[in-house]
Amino acid sequence: MNALIKGITGLRNWVDDRFPLMSLWNEHVGQYYAPKNFNFWYYFGVFSLVMFANQIVTGIWLTMSYKPSAAEAFSSVEFIMRDVEWGWLIRYLHSTGASFFFIVIYLHMFRALLYGSYKKPRELLWIIGMFLYLSLMAEAFFGYLLPWGQMSYWGAQVIISLFGAIPFIGETLSTWIRGDYVVSDVTLNRFFALHVVALPFAIAGLVVMHILALHEVGSNNPDGIEIKDNKDSDGKPIDGIPFHPYYTIKDLTGIIFFLILFSVVVFFAPEMGGYFLEHNNFVPANPMATPEHIAPVWYFTPYYSILRANTVNFFWIPAKLWGVIFMGAAVMIFFLLPWLDRSPVRSLRYRGWMSKFALGAFVTSFLVLGYLGALPPTPVRTLVAQFFTVVYFMFFLLMPIYTTFDKVKPLPDRVTFNDH
Amino acid sequence: MIIKILLLCLQLFFWSQSFAAGSSGVELLDANVDIGRRNSLQRGAQTFFNYCSGCHSIQFMRYNRMASDIGLSEDVLKTNLMFASDKVGDNIKIAMDSEEAASWFGVSPPDLSVIARVRGEDWLYSFLNGFYVDPDRPTGVNNLFFPETAMPHVLWELQGYRTLEKTERLGSDSYAFKTIVEGKLTPSQYETLTRDLVSFLVYVGEPARLVRYQIGFWVIAFLILLFVFSYLTKREYWRDIH
Repeated sequence: MNALIKGITGLRNWVDDRFPLMSLWNEHVGQYYAPKNFNFWYYFGVFSLVMFANQIVTGIWLTMSYKPSAAEAFSSVEFIMRDVEWGWLIRYLHSTGASFFFIVIYLHMFRALLYGSYKKPRELLWIIGMFLYLSLMAEAFFGYLLPWGQMSYWGAQVIISLFGAIPFIGETLSTWIRGDYVVSDVTLNRFFALHVVALPFAIAGLVVMHILALHEVGSNNPDGIEIKDNKDSDGKPIDGIPFHPYYTIKDLTGIIFFLILFSVVVFFAPEMGGYFLEHNNFVPANPMATPEHIAPVWYFTPYYSILRANTVNFFWIPAKLWGVIFMGAAVMIFFLLPWLDRSPVRSLRYRGWMSKFALGAFVTSFLVLGYLGALPPTPVRTLVAQFFTVVYFMFFLLMPIYTTFDKVKPLPDRVTFNDH
Repeated sequence: MIIKILLLCLQLFFWSQSFAAGSSGVELLDANVDIGRRNSLQRGAQTFFNYCSGCHSIQFMRYNRMASDIGLSEDVLKTNLMFASDKVGDNIKIAMDSEEAASWFGVSPPDLSVIARVRGEDWLYSFLNGFYVDPDRPTGVNNLFFPETAMPHVLWELQGYRTLEKTERLGSDSYAFKTIVEGKLTPSQYETLTRDLVSFLVYVGEPARLVRYQIGFWVIAFLILLFVFSYLTKREYWRDIH
């Protein structure tokens, strides 16, 4: 036994002389001090890491049997579902994983809004996170074409044709993206390349940057105060605890709980009533038959609603182009949050009613727009979508005003922590 | 204030939902299938191969996989269900040419491998129970749940022929069928037969469904056990954090 431990220690020292093993471990895990008052909302970062790993691993195995060609894609997916050993499980882990990835990312972003985690000095951390979100959206969009069902096909057709709304270069641009005049085998092949190589690579790099930036500035916490302002004689934050073992074991417990929920969907409701796997996507892609109702998967529906809410030609700009502009702005405006928020405090706990009301209205508008985006439009629904599109943008545009005038509560010196 | 806004949102939510009624307007019948019942699947397969498989393929399903899943021996499979030229590992296809079929029926009969996942079990069951005599149609029949369907009433000798009478009332009792030609089966026997057929198609749509629930149960049971131990470990570690 002693010889074994000696051997392992020896190997570690051998590596450590040639690679910064222990210093990396200490900087990011062993001696990384995180605030001790993390709550429920602080699980979603690690959950998204778990989902990323799940997508990579299941994706590799799917790639082994999937055929990226218009003639074979649909049947190769059914082949995976039926003839590949455990293929159905790998596929459901991947398809459910895509939706769960977005669920945890949205909750992760909501946490940042709740506790002002994007505020100085974490602006760059937020911006890297936003690039991650954009990459994830692109990854999901490219991946959704691969099953080559009717929704895959027509969803891609609609989204790519949006680029056609850009004046002068639009049509050329969308042809360039497709590589053809319609979505075709060429499009499927390039989307496959982007989905399995380019974007996972970009996402992995951005994840590393995101974590490096986080560990540089330190984690925020539900009280939104800096734990680095209160240090003990050793220079360790009094309200901080080493990430390992405290948060490794806490996160592990959370991950197992999360996997229980994930498994319930994977094994008992992988279609999730047509929201995770759309019914119409079990019909093979048919370029000659446009479906009556085209809707993106649920995680894009808020933006789709905003796109469709633009129904008026205005300032010589056609409604379709306004829709594209508003949809783009709805995503991009998140980048500006660190500078739109003028509040002297970070956490909503110490903000006044105006900020609370604004965040409540924003979340409501996001959910209502998401719900409407999955349904075919009617005049009433369009009116509701227009109202909530305004609410959505007012949250951001009025932020410099309401965060300036909002009454804030005094901040505590130490974090709030109830030990159990 | 927040509560008021939320209430308003909720109101708008339901308001918009009330406009989302189904397209054909007729409420679907309840299929109430249970694919765990093997003899139901076997009877469904029998009906499928007697009445449907002339025109409809289930090309993603293999004969031998189906036989072992629903408990048929290879002999039964070869003598009753397969064409002589097919091998047991073959996919279940049809001999009819799809272009010719399109010229006969107006549309080519669709492959039914994943039809249950596209339409849902209730729709399929309703469709099979929705035929009525309509002299204006080329096939002589129409369908309450899929108006102007190109499919003839293949099961007519079992169900017989019925006419449709619509009444002024709204809801599921707004129509009534009246039998004009008796079939070989009683109405309740026909319902059972179509229910078994839909069960079979649900199974064909996703064979993994037969094992998915059981495996899921054990996976979740294991994770719950793991959660308990993990939580206890976490509590032990966090004892010294105040």
